[in-house]
Amino acid sequence: MRLEPRATPSAAATILWPAAAIGATIVFSSLLVMIAGASPFTVFFLVFKGAAGSQFALVETLTRATPLIFTGLAVAVAFRARLWNIGAEAQLYLGAVMTVVLGTGAVTLPSAGLIPLIMLAAMLTGALALLGPAILKTRFGVDEVVTTLLLNFIILLFVSMLLEGILKDPMGLGWPQSKRVIAEAQLPRLIQGKRLHFGFILAIVSAIIVWVIMKKTVLGYEMRAVGHNAEAARFAGIPVNRVIAKTALLSGGLAALAGFSEVAGLKGNLTLDLSPGYGYTGIVVAMLALLNPLGVIAAAIFVAGIFVGADAMSRSANVPSYIAEVMVATSLLTMVTAIMLMRYRVRWR
Amino acid sequence: MDASRRPEAETVLRLSGITKRFGSLVANDAISLTLKRGEVVALLGENGAGKTTLMNILFGHYTADEGEIEAFGTPLPPGDPHAALAAGIGMVHQHFTLADQMTVLENIVLGTRPIWSLNLGKANARVRIRTLASDYGLEVDPDRMISDLSVGERQRVEILKALYREARILILDEPTAVLTPMETEALFATLKKLVAAGLSVIFISHKLGEVQSVADRVVVLRGGKLAGERVTDQATRRELAELMVGGQLPVNEVGPASPGEVLFELKNVSTRGLGGSALRNISMQLRGGEITGLAGISGNGQAALAALIAGTLEARDGDIVVHGQKASRWSPRAALANGLGRIPEDRHATGMIGDMSVAENVISEAYRSPRFSRLGFLDWKAAVRFADDIIKAYDVKCPSPEARVRLLSGGNMQKLILGRALDGDPDVILASQPTRGLDVGAVAYVHARLIEARDRGAAVLLISEDLDEIQVLSDRILVIHRGHLSEPSSRGELTVMELGELMAGHGIEEGASDAA
Repeated sequence: MRLEPRATPSAAATILWPAAAIGATIVFSSLLVMIAGASPFTVFFLVFKGAAGSQFALVETLTRATPLIFTGLAVAVAFRARLWNIGAEAQLYLGAVMTVVLGTGAVTLPSAGLIPLIMLAAMLTGALALLGPAILKTRFGVDEVVTTLLLNFIILLFVSMLLEGILKDPMGLGWPQSKRVIAEAQLPRLIQGKRLHFGFILAIVSAIIVWVIMKKTVLGYEMRAVGHNAEAARFAGIPVNRVIAKTALLSGGLAALAGFSEVAGLKGNLTLDLSPGYGYTGIVVAMLALLNPLGVIAAAIFVAGIFVGADAMSRSANVPSYIAEVMVATSLLTMVTAIMLMRYRVRWR
Repeated sequence: MDASRRPEAETVLRLSGITKRFGSLVANDAISLTLKRGEVVALLGENGAGKTTLMNILFGHYTADEGEIEAFGTPLPPGDPHAALAAGIGMVHQHFTLADQMTVLENIVLGTRPIWSLNLGKANARVRIRTLASDYGLEVDPDRMISDLSVGERQRVEILKALYREARILILDEPTAVLTPMETEALFATLKKLVAAGLSVIFISHKLGEVQSVADRVVVLRGGKLAGERVTDQATRRELAELMVGGQLPVNEVGPASPGEVLFELKNVSTRGLGGSALRNISMQLRGGEITGLAGISGNGQAALAALIAGTLEARDGDIVVHGQKASRWSPRAALANGLGRIPEDRHATGMIGDMSVAENVISEAYRSPRFSRLGFLDWKAAVRFADDIIKAYDVKCPSPEARVRLLSGGNMQKLILGRALDGDPDVILASQPTRGLDVGAVAYVHARLIEARDRGAAVLLISEDLDEIQVLSDRILVIHRGHLSEPSSRGELTVMELGELMAGHGIEEGASDAA
């Protein structure tokens, strides 16, 4: 078996292959649903209904999509420059830590001043957390997959230590949780009485800004050049190491915004279960979006919808909500395969 | 030798109607070829004409879509290198397939004996190898390590390997590309002995001169098709060239040079190694209005020198002097700021970013200038205009400035690189292997542009492994051997053989003892 590159993927191929990927995902998930003893049609209908079938469902899906847009952008930006940031989870938690450090009363300012201040501080923390691995990569050739992945565990334990120590809420009945952020530090709700908050708007705006950066600016050009061919970029005089450092700052900052938005917009305080792996799911989101910043919005809503819908479905049908994880994972694998088939032709000898 | 005049000689190999397609590309289109006992047939054609594909089919690396192969009267099963070996076909590839950390003997015997046999029969093998070596002029010590051998010696080992396996048909793929002129002469002498002993040889080349001196018959391929077949003695050089190119051979007139002042200088520079030898304390001067050619066998420090001047390799020692000013820190950006135009050796890996567009690629050296960006935002319209200008001025065949560079042919890619490097009329030009892998038309075009740059007063450094190219273009020639430079010689001062001596290291400081 040999792969031969295609000159240009035809327009039909760019639509058909991803469509085939979604089809394959549905077929594979259907098999699992049937093994679980339910009808695939009912289950998929219930998943869809649970994700988008009512105002409540839709609001839940968008709320869940918000942190995924941020982490998806973080990963998309980094991967575009071939900086393999697997540490969005840690950067998210550091952003959340900074939010409770500044937002629980240490600084008192009106919302218009406090919220931007916290955002900037959170972004800076996440940015610096990725700058370390980026410098180790450019200076000493240390693999950033290893360093960013392992940093996740270190930083999570560090956060746990903070929550058992100086950040622990004295009124928290001994639970490892922080104090609640003050009213001025909270992001407003978009709909009265619903969980959807201003963080969603911030996420959309961030996606647009990142798209502009990648498409229109010198920095975006440099990042793409470094990602596609670092040797040629260096030859042309593009400062490769500096570009990787800037990419790290941007990516880490975006991931930290996910933590900020979850604490200031939704949860109100920091606990160790703030993120059910949003940092890792961000990788899936970015890949599904083919690293396109605007595509990240759609991919995040799609993935969030499957999780939210599967939760609702498992309450009425007798199928575990883990089917959501399988569906998301399968869709990633089929999508990656589809992209490969879009770009290469398979020859059997 | 005289197979063409001995029609009774038996046909040992017959290829009939070989067709091979790669996607929409037809690499071989119904090609037929016969080889007689005791004959050297040259397979002549430009890069991409389908020579190597055809030989890979013969040797079983590829399977032909159509056509048949017959060796010594028996059909050869397709896609089976073992069958080709068993039928007595041996191939010497352009890139050698030897294990560096084993001896000559072990490399030759490797694969001829079951791996579990404790005794490799070394004593017998040694005797046979020595006999073969002395019979055919392939002297090499069977007990030396491959890593200690020169490129020419390694090639002899490859040939010995094929002979040891009792090859009756030997295929040599561009065997002279890595050899000095003397080594080439020695190889030709070996080939004559081989055919005298009844072997048959297919000799793949794109160089007319050597084809004429070694082959009995010439088969010319062009664009995957059989362009013609000639008996060497009855064909003129011009006739062969036109068959190969499919028309008139473009010729560049190189007028006399009018050297000006020194624009670029290296003083006692040393570097680490890069894809071959390091530079050891070298000095050179490049004058305006002059093309300086750097000849040498691949891997003797050319890559390091090119990278050093381009700014991607740091000097360990010594100075770079541009326009009389010592450069304090040298980098790609410093090189560009000092008015250097650079053509890199490998256009795919270093020259262009294949997955980005033509417009994105042509601005890669100048995107920071106010011409292409303001306040951190790129001016795409200006980039596309610039790309359009280069496409027109350099006659680049491409669908649009937005097309991905990966889709362009090597020649068109090289024209883009030329356009980018020569934009703003740089007065120092580094051209590293600028015509490698290009067809004759593109080669002539690149040469014309370099001559044009020289004539407007630029200092051009031409690094090439093609001695013909060096001799045609250069006003002054330097030879590099194991990181040392020869004394410069002016145009026509040294013969090919004398240059060959220098390329082998004779007469270059410290080189002579190394090569002994």
